[in-house]
Amino acid sequence: MLSDDLRDLYQQVILDHSRNPRNSGELPPPCLHAHGDNPSCGDEIDVWVRVSDKGDIEDLKFTGQGCAISQASASMMTQKIKGKSKDEAAAVREDFRRVVMGDGAPANEDALGELILLEGVQKFPQRVKCAMLAWRALEQALDSK
Amino acid sequence: MDWHRIRSDFPILDQQVNGHPLVYLDNAASSQKPRAVIQTLSHYYERDNSNVHRALHELSNRATEAFEAARKKAAHFIGAASEDEIIFTRGTTEGINLVANTWGTQNLRAGDVILITGMEHHSNLIPWQMLAQRTGAILKYIPVLDDGTLDSAAVETLLTEQVKLFAFVHISNSLGTINPAKELIAKAKALGAVTLLDGAQSAGHMPIDVRDLGCDFFVFSGHKMCGPTGIGVLYGRMALLETMPPWHGGGEMILSVTMEGSTYKAPPHRFEAGTPNIAGVIGLGAAMDYLQAIGLENIQRHDHNLANYAVQRMSEVPGIRILGPQNGHRGALAAFHLDFAHPHDLVEFANSHGVAMRGGHHCTQPLMKRFKVPGTTRASFYFYNMIEEINRLVEVLLLARKFFT
Repeated sequence: MLSDDLRDLYQQVILDHSRNPRNSGELPPPCLHAHGDNPSCGDEIDVWVRVSDKGDIEDLKFTGQGCAISQASASMMTQKIKGKSKDEAAAVREDFRRVVMGDGAPANEDALGELILLEGVQKFPQRVKCAMLAWRALEQALDSK
Repeated sequence: MDWHRIRSDFPILDQQVNGHPLVYLDNAASSQKPRAVIQTLSHYYERDNSNVHRALHELSNRATEAFEAARKKAAHFIGAASEDEIIFTRGTTEGINLVANTWGTQNLRAGDVILITGMEHHSNLIPWQMLAQRTGAILKYIPVLDDGTLDSAAVETLLTEQVKLFAFVHISNSLGTINPAKELIAKAKALGAVTLLDGAQSAGHMPIDVRDLGCDFFVFSGHKMCGPTGIGVLYGRMALLETMPPWHGGGEMILSVTMEGSTYKAPPHRFEAGTPNIAGVIGLGAAMDYLQAIGLENIQRHDHNLANYAVQRMSEVPGIRILGPQNGHRGALAAFHLDFAHPHDLVEFANSHGVAMRGGHHCTQPLMKRFKVPGTTRASFYFYNMIEEINRLVEVLLLARKFFT
């Protein structure tokens, strides 16, 4: 018998992403890259992004190791962000942050799609940094240009 | 021993967490407190609270008497020759920093070697790194073998006359390894090295006799052995303490003060500037009384049985890798890696079943690298844990396997 909070945190979709991460691997250069880690728990994510001249995210991949939440969040992020403009990506990132931190309503919930499933994280404040790890790395990679 | 009756001395253990009976297996991080300690603390604050030393009123007399009585208890608890060799600190970490900043700064020169091991808690690593940076001394470490024991061949080559200080952990908080402290100390002393033994995981778990061990310094924390948080002990051999300069300056540690300069008290007061953690010290004294009434040999035997039963039962879980010695000689903990769940996912899952464990690097990052794991989950035991709780742990690990695969 499991608590509802725990079932919400580890939904099948999330566990599936953590076991079978999408867009796993590295991109060949030229591309942007950033490394993110949570030293206190040992989670690590590397994100590679290819941005077109127009500022669209043409492709992105990641590698990493860590808990199910950090790896699933990275996998779901790559699916959601691929094809978006940098501005659109920033908007999704902000809405996602609000959802996992329980910090107000997202501006565009529909745009989050599957990512809304990670909203269970807000009941586990210590796991917010796991959910945000890949997103921080993405932001860093995009800023590195 | 009636361990069930002893367990009932700990009010906190009798509660439900997330709808399940609490199974507290995070004792290597901090132990629970028996009623005797809690009552000593409230009695102190309700009846005797006052600053120690110097004042001449009744409450201060009582507080001072209880405070200094705890120093005697601590000396007796670890077999020190005199209570003057007992310095109260905030805990193990502060004790090690005190030695590094007094004896270390005074005695280490460029090129001298500080020897530690590959299984040190960060608290017995960082202060020496900092000291090495300050003095130009060289920090070396004895590697850890695959079975979690120290590489004894490397001890022979690394323990040389250049080693001025040999500081190592008695029982590893990450592996459970019980190091052959007496033998290692004897070797180091034969070469003229000063020795420090980190007793954070051994004090309160086994009888300690610093004179038999032969160490120059022994450090431990109160809160891991039924005492309050924020209090610990640094034992130092008087011949060394007498030569050491003070660390913190302030009240309580001086003999006379002028604007031009001051003279300092003899140990231990030279090292206890400012108003100490009076309640903590008195509470620690009560914890020591409590543990000695049960008997440290009895606690050690029970610890040993729990750890070995845990390793044996946990080995039944498919995909588990238990770190540390597998030969039955380990302290009261078992850290492990599962191929189906990350430590933080597992700890979260266990918590939802009322089982409290710790996941991560356990303040031993170099050791995690050594064993090529990002972190481990650690179940750590104390004498109030029961065989049934280990059975419950194994049940929850099997449930986690179903959940995460």
